[in-house]
Amino acid sequence: MRVTFTVNGRRQEADDVWEGESLLYVLRERMGLPGSKNACEQGECGSCTVRLDGVPVCSCLVAAGQVEGRDVVTVEGLADFAKQRAEGGCASGVCGTGLDEAQQWQARPAGSRTGEQAELAPIQQAFIDAGAVQCGFCTPGLLVAADELLERNDSPSDADIREALSGNLCRCTGYEKILDAVRLAAARGENRTAGQGA
Amino acid sequence: MTGTPPRAATAPGRTPTNLTQGGQTKAGIGESTLRPDGTLKVTGEFAYSSDMWHEDMLWGFTLRSTVAHAEIRSIDTAEALATPGVYSVLTYDDLPTDVKNYGLEIQDTPVLAHGKVRHHGEPVALVAADHPETARRAAAKIKIDYAELPVVTDEASATAEGAPLIHENRTDHHIGHVPHPNIVHRQPIIRGDADEAAKKADVIVSGEYVFGMQDQAFLGPESGLAVPGEDGGVDLYVATQWLHSDLRQIAPVLGLPEEKVRMTLSGVGGAFGGREDLSMQIHACLLALRTGKPVKIVYNRFESFFGHVHRHPAKLWYEHGATKDGKLTHLKCRIVLDGGAYASASPAVVGNASSLAVGPYAVEDVDIEAIALYSNNPPCGAMRGFGAVQACFAYEAQMDKVAKKLGMDPVEFRQLNAMEQGTLMPTGQPVDSPAPVAELLRRVKAMPLPPEQQWLTAGAGADVRALPGGLSNTTHGEGVVRGVGYAVGIKNVGFSEGFDDYSTARVRMEVVGGEPVATVHTAMAEVGQGGVTVHAQIARTELGVQQVTIQPADTQVGSAGSTSASRQTYVTGGAVKNTCEHVREQVLELGRRKFGTYHPAWATAELLLEGGKVVTDGGEVLATLADVLEDAAVDLELEWRHRPTEPFDLRTGQGNGHVQYSFAAHRAVVEVDTELGLVKVIELACAQDVGKALNPLSVVGQIQGGTTQGLGVAVMEEIIVDPKTAKVRNPSFTDYLIPTILDTPTIPVDVLELADEHAPYGLRGIGEAPTLSSTPAVLAAIRNATGLELNKTPVRPEHLTGT
Ligand code: FES
Ligand code: FES
Repeated sequence: MRVTFTVNGRRQEADDVWEGESLLYVLRERMGLPGSKNACEQGECGSCTVRLDGVPVCSCLVAAGQVEGRDVVTVEGLADFAKQRAEGGCASGVCGTGLDEAQQWQARPAGSRTGEQAELAPIQQAFIDAGAVQCGFCTPGLLVAADELLERNDSPSDADIREALSGNLCRCTGYEKILDAVRLAAARGENRTAGQGA
Repeated sequence: MTGTPPRAATAPGRTPTNLTQGGQTKAGIGESTLRPDGTLKVTGEFAYSSDMWHEDMLWGFTLRSTVAHAEIRSIDTAEALATPGVYSVLTYDDLPTDVKNYGLEIQDTPVLAHGKVRHHGEPVALVAADHPETARRAAAKIKIDYAELPVVTDEASATAEGAPLIHENRTDHHIGHVPHPNIVHRQPIIRGDADEAAKKADVIVSGEYVFGMQDQAFLGPESGLAVPGEDGGVDLYVATQWLHSDLRQIAPVLGLPEEKVRMTLSGVGGAFGGREDLSMQIHACLLALRTGKPVKIVYNRFESFFGHVHRHPAKLWYEHGATKDGKLTHLKCRIVLDGGAYASASPAVVGNASSLAVGPYAVEDVDIEAIALYSNNPPCGAMRGFGAVQACFAYEAQMDKVAKKLGMDPVEFRQLNAMEQGTLMPTGQPVDSPAPVAELLRRVKAMPLPPEQQWLTAGAGADVRALPGGLSNTTHGEGVVRGVGYAVGIKNVGFSEGFDDYSTARVRMEVVGGEPVATVHTAMAEVGQGGVTVHAQIARTELGVQQVTIQPADTQVGSAGSTSASRQTYVTGGAVKNTCEHVREQVLELGRRKFGTYHPAWATAELLLEGGKVVTDGGEVLATLADVLEDAAVDLELEWRHRPTEPFDLRTGQGNGHVQYSFAAHRAVVEVDTELGLVKVIELACAQDVGKALNPLSVVGQIQGGTTQGLGVAVMEEIIVDPKTAKVRNPSFTDYLIPTILDTPTIPVDVLELADEHAPYGLRGIGEAPTLSSTPAVLAAIRNATGLELNKTPVRPEHLTGT
């Protein structure tokens, strides 16, 4: 079957999709967006978290057919998504991250990736700065979940953060630095709105 | 039926790339430099092994045994092969050479089962198809006729009269000294006279302990892509801990010379020992070579639980004696580790468990024995802290028991018996670097305790989120009691017992765009621990450059050894440092030849590379690196070794078997709902000596991660194997629980830096030690809260409520 839906702000089509294929499989293997991770494919780890019409979901549990006509944001579009949110939405209608931009391992030749040029969402930068990334396999899912938390609640308590991220397993970090990262992103966000500079 | 996903790509579409980093202000060793792969990892661009992709690729799938021990009467693959979309089905009969087994030390693991299966989940057949679901469905059509055999599941059944032999015709080098062919390896350690010393004891305390089977549960599943080459060879992109060890095992099975199996490390989503053994490597290569197409294999979580070895479950019997004034007199102990169906790292685990069985204490008279069994349980091998973890669980429980019997404070009792620099190990080896055991205990004890009953909010009653049971709202504080417990542990760093534990680094220095740039190429597996960060820091420090490029790890450069045993920063970090020093010498030599006549300091002063310049130790600038190098590049590849070790004597266990030790201490604070048997760990404080923190941010991250894995095994993690059938009951994240952010407390870390003069920069391996002591600390805290004995991990509600 054919599935048509919005990915990171742009309309995309996937053809020849099997009935049983998950959204995660379609994103990773058909659209070339492997940022959402496949750690358990049984809804237990949160590594595959994306936003479906704004709501964080485990994309491994969503049948691809269920996203027909709907709106998906993955980690590949997170920076753009956060930027638009900060700027108050997309007025021109040409915002969002195209597949070509998101598939950067193809768009950019090896060796040019300095790892320092990309424009990042505040939560992404905070994860790097706080040392919350080790192997990084849990990171994309955690970023999507944490970004959604901060959208709802710009100064979450530790208990709020723990609750919001309790569906995302991390085996490497012991979570302390993940908490640090979310606190850091929240603090930087508050600084900005309070006009104190970031 | 669909074809391969329609998508344009070059071949292969995604592969690991260079990591280049420059311009950070905090960049050298000792500073909290940020990861060079951080940006790629937060944007989703980082190419993990399961992300590898080729436009023309097939999907491989492994059919696994549904029974633990059986003769295979027949395998019928006809229907599977006839399934549309299927390209190949392989069984044992299709293996291309006479080499049909592999293994880390003992080649006892079949690539595909032949004749019989020895454990639940053993690979039996392989399928390649154009869609992963097609491969899975075709595999389900393969018919296997099993004739089940009785299972061996513990020491009694393994060594009983007439017990079935797991490996009938053993020829490995341990068979000559083990008491039974179902025992992989045995290591006694006898020092002094434990029986005689026991007579001096005023109290004698014994205990029996059971350590459950833990899983590494790394998040990135076993996966990779094999691409057949035009020369008949194969390119393999895979997540592993040691490329060259894989290569040594893969090439003979494929019948290829090693240079025709080109391996590249692709992104690794955690390892913790679980990627030391091969999983899908040979399988993907076999399918790729057979079909002539790239083949990708990605395990799902269910399969991952069968696809790697676990931590050895153990039974441990301990007897300690002590005098009235609190001095340990002796130790007798016996440790039985269950290695499961194949040897994997069992011999090394036995070596560690026995030589570290005393713990970080000075005890002169010991009688120790450790063995590993062959059984029909899942194969066990390497996992973070291997061997030492199980022993620590038991000796720390014993320390509390002895202290209690003497009426002493458990921390003071430990400090009284703590080893220090110069103490002899039970193997007779002196500890010849700082061993701050008493100090680490002092430090964790000195940290302020978290306030009592933090769940009581002012005026509003209890915040159930902070209570045992959390949001399930099981208690509002009634029946909740607090306990505090301590533990400390010792782990060897690096490969021991005479292993040639070397590493190789290639370093190139040249000028690019007017800037001096260093490129570091090693075969080190970055599994998340931060080796790539540290290598760049070392290159910057030694070569005085800002910009460093880390090339992907592959087999085009010499072996780096394994990313395990806390050894990689020591050994490959040491190799990078050593190679940089030689590169620096050559750069200086170039400078002397070019500019030596202009300034006498070239010949007389101690010269350094700093800030892109050649400077004297007095700070005088002699030349820029750009001027010295111009168009030249200095490029060196060198091996580096730490000081040698020797095997333990097979009868007495004596020998200088270890290179270095690392030490960590924990204090756990728990609250227990005694009515429902629920445990909430409130805080898990750690003090660890790291010798020198090359990257303090990463060091703390490693300690917190290791601590959490120890917490997991204390209260929730266990692979449950049915004792009657040897089948695994809980191969999923639904039933095998690892700590979530709600289960994990704050982990304050106190890092001590007492340099080991034998190690590069004085560093001490750090990755494993925090996993040792956190488990017994949590158990001690739960005992302290409840007064229960609790001699088994993990502690489950029924152990606490007596139901
Ligand atoms: S991969 Fe979807 S929840 Fe684990
Ligand atoms: S799982 Fe490795 S960083 Fe979280």
